[in-house]
Amino acid sequence: MENRPLEYDYTVAKMFMLTTIILGIVGMAIGVFIAFELAFPGLNTVFGEGLAEYTNFSRLRPLHTDAVAFGFTVSGIFATWFYVGQRVLKVSMAESKFLMFIGKLQFWLYVIGVAAVVVSLFMGYTTSKEYAEFEWPIDIAIVVVWVLWGVSIFGLIGIRREKSLYISVWYYIATFLGVAMLYLFNNMEVPTMLATSPAGEGAIGDWMHSVSMYAGTNDALVQWWYGHNAVAFVFTVPIIAMIYYFLPKESGQAIYSYKLSLLSFWGLMFVYLWAGGHHLLFSTVPDWMQTMGSIFSVILILPSWGSAINMLLTMKGEWQQVAASPLIKFMVLASTFYMFSTLEGPIQAIKSVNAIAHFTDWIVGHVHDGTLGWVGFMIIAALYHMAPRVFKRELYSKSLMAAQFWIQTLGIVLYFTSMWIAGITQGMMWRAHDEFGNLAYSFIDTVDVLHPYYALRGTGGLLYLAGFFIFAYNIYKTWTSNKEVDAERLNASPMGA
Amino acid sequence: MFHWLEKNPFLFAVGVFIVIAFAGLIEIVPNFAEASRPVIGTKPYSTLELAGRQVYIKNSCNACHSQLIRPFKSETDRYGHYSLSGEYAYDRPFLWGSKRTGPDLHRVGNYRTTEWHENHMKDPKSIVPTTIMPGYPWMFTTNADIDTAYAEQLTVAQFFGVPYNKPVPMKDGSTTVVKMGKSIKEARELALEEAKKVAADMKDQDVKDAVARGEIPEIVALIAYLNSLK
Repeated sequence: MENRPLEYDYTVAKMFMLTTIILGIVGMAIGVFIAFELAFPGLNTVFGEGLAEYTNFSRLRPLHTDAVAFGFTVSGIFATWFYVGQRVLKVSMAESKFLMFIGKLQFWLYVIGVAAVVVSLFMGYTTSKEYAEFEWPIDIAIVVVWVLWGVSIFGLIGIRREKSLYISVWYYIATFLGVAMLYLFNNMEVPTMLATSPAGEGAIGDWMHSVSMYAGTNDALVQWWYGHNAVAFVFTVPIIAMIYYFLPKESGQAIYSYKLSLLSFWGLMFVYLWAGGHHLLFSTVPDWMQTMGSIFSVILILPSWGSAINMLLTMKGEWQQVAASPLIKFMVLASTFYMFSTLEGPIQAIKSVNAIAHFTDWIVGHVHDGTLGWVGFMIIAALYHMAPRVFKRELYSKSLMAAQFWIQTLGIVLYFTSMWIAGITQGMMWRAHDEFGNLAYSFIDTVDVLHPYYALRGTGGLLYLAGFFIFAYNIYKTWTSNKEVDAERLNASPMGA
Repeated sequence: MFHWLEKNPFLFAVGVFIVIAFAGLIEIVPNFAEASRPVIGTKPYSTLELAGRQVYIKNSCNACHSQLIRPFKSETDRYGHYSLSGEYAYDRPFLWGSKRTGPDLHRVGNYRTTEWHENHMKDPKSIVPTTIMPGYPWMFTTNADIDTAYAEQLTVAQFFGVPYNKPVPMKDGSTTVVKMGKSIKEARELALEEAKKVAADMKDQDVKDAVARGEIPEIVALIAYLNSLK
C-alpha cells in the first residue's frame, strides 16, 4: 500500500473548475455588455423598457464585479487549492471522509450563495459598498463557506506527510486569514428588523435591509481598507500561490530564489494593508492617513516585483519554453502584467497623479490590466495545467490555446490603452480653466469625448470574452473526447495539435 | 532561516495574522470618535429622504456618481464648497463612489430643482441630448418603501443615537427638529406630508394622482433626497 504513489482525489477540484468557467463566462459577458452600454446607451433598454430596471448599467455593474471577483476568481482559488493542497502536502482527500464531506458541503453552499447573490443583486438588494454589496443573510452564508474552506486547509495540513509548508500554502493560508478579517469588519451591519417603534411595533419593513455600523468618513475608511485589500487577498495573494506551484511544475524549473520568496511574502503581508488610504486621497479622511496610503503604495513595488522577478528568473535558461508552449506563455505574461500593474498602481497613488486619475477610467483600466492580464491569465493557465491531470486526458488543442492567448492579449491591450487615454483626457478636461479663469468644459463635454474609447474598450473586452469561450471549449473537449493518458506527465502538459 | 516556522502551521498563521492586522489597527481605530461628529447645519434624514436614499442605493446611482468634492479650484467651481467630514455624520453607508461617469452630486440640491430631476430621471436625453445616462421611468410607477426607511430611522436612533425629534443646531444659530413617527402609521403620514410638497412642484399627473391617493412613488422620495444634498 505505502509503496504505491498517492492517488489524489480531485472531486472537489473538478466541481470548482466547473464554476470557475461558468461564472467566468457570466461575469465577463455582463462586463462586455455594460461596457457597450456606456458606448451605446441605447443598449440599456435593448431587452425592452419593462426589463430596463434589471438591465441598465447601474443595476448590472455590481453583478459584473462580484461575478468576476467572487465567482470566477474565488472559484479558481478553491479549484486550485483542492488540487495544489493535496499535492504539496502529500496527502489525498480520499484519505479523510470528513474533509471530503466538508469540501463538497463547501461547494454546494457556495453555489447556493452565488445564486442568492445573483437574484438579490438583480432585485436591487445592495449595501452599496463595492465588492461587499451583499445584504446580511448572504454575508452569513459567505462566512460559513469561508469557515468550511478554513477547515479544509487546516484539516489537510493536520494530516499532511510533507512537514514543511510549500510557498503556495503560505499564500493560501494568508488568503484565508486576510479575507476573513477584512470581510467580517467591513460587513458589520445592523439588520433594521431588530428595531422597535415607540408604539411597540417590531420587524418593520424589509427583513433583508441593514444599516452599516460605521458612518460617513469612518465607513469610507473601513470600506477602502477592505476594498483595497480584497484586491490584495483575492486578486494577488492566492494568484501568487498559484504561480509558485504551476510555473515550476509546468516548466520543470526550480524556483529561482527561496530568500526572495520569503522577502516578498512577508513584505507583501506587512505593506499591503497600509495602502488602502490611496483610494481616499483628497477626501475627508485625515491627511496623515492619505500620506501613509500614498507612501506605502510606492513601497509596495518591492514585494510585488520580488515575486514577479522570482517567477521570471525561474525561467532562466529555459526561455525557449515560452516560444514553444502557450501554457508557459500565459504564465509568463501573467507575471509580466503583475509587474506592470503593480507599477501603475503606485504611480496612481502619488497625490499629484491621483488628483487627475481618481474618479476616471484610468482607474478602471488599471484594475483590468491586473485582473485580465494577471488574475485571468494565471487562473486560465492553472486550469490548463490541471485538466490533463484531473481528467487523465491529453489537452484537446495546442493551437486553440495559442489562438486564445493572442486574442486575449490583444483584448487586454485594447482595454488598458483606451482607458488610459479616456481617463487622462477626462481628468485633464475636468480641471481645465479658460483664459478668464472659468471652467473650460461643461461636464457633458468630458463625456462626449470618451465615446470612441468606450467603443474600443468594449471591443477589447469582447475579444477577451471570445478567448474565454475558446478556453471553455478546449477544456470541455479535453474532458469529453480526447485521448486518455496512462501515466501523468511530470512537467510539460500533454497537448494535442 | 524561517524553516522552523514553515513546519509549524499554527505559529505561521498567527504570525501572518499579526502582520496583516497591524496596519488596520493603527490606521483605522484612532479616527473613529473624531470623524463621526456632525458639523453645524448637518441634520438627520427625514423618513422620505431616507426612502429616497434607499432608492438611490437600490439602483446603484453611486456606480456613476460621486458625492465627494475634492479641495481643488476646478471642483469647487463646478460643484460648490469642498466636502467636510462632519457632513457625512448621518451617512450609513457613505456614498462617495469611486467613479465619476456622471457629475458629482454632493451639493446637487443647491443647483437643481424638483422639476429638473423629474424630467431628467424620466428621460435624461430631454435635458442633456448627448448624455449616456439611461432613463429611470419605472420610478414613477413603483412605490417607495416607507416602512423600511422608518425601520432604518429607528435603528440608527436606537443603536447609534442619531438625534431624531431633538433640536439640531443650524448654521444661522437657530435649531431645527427632524421628526420621526412614533408608529408606522405616523411615519407614513409624515412621509406623505413631505411627499405632497415635492409632488406639488412636479408635472407628471400620474405621480400627482398617486400622492393624492396616499401613495408615494419612488421618484418623489428620490427627489426629496437629492434636494436634501446641499
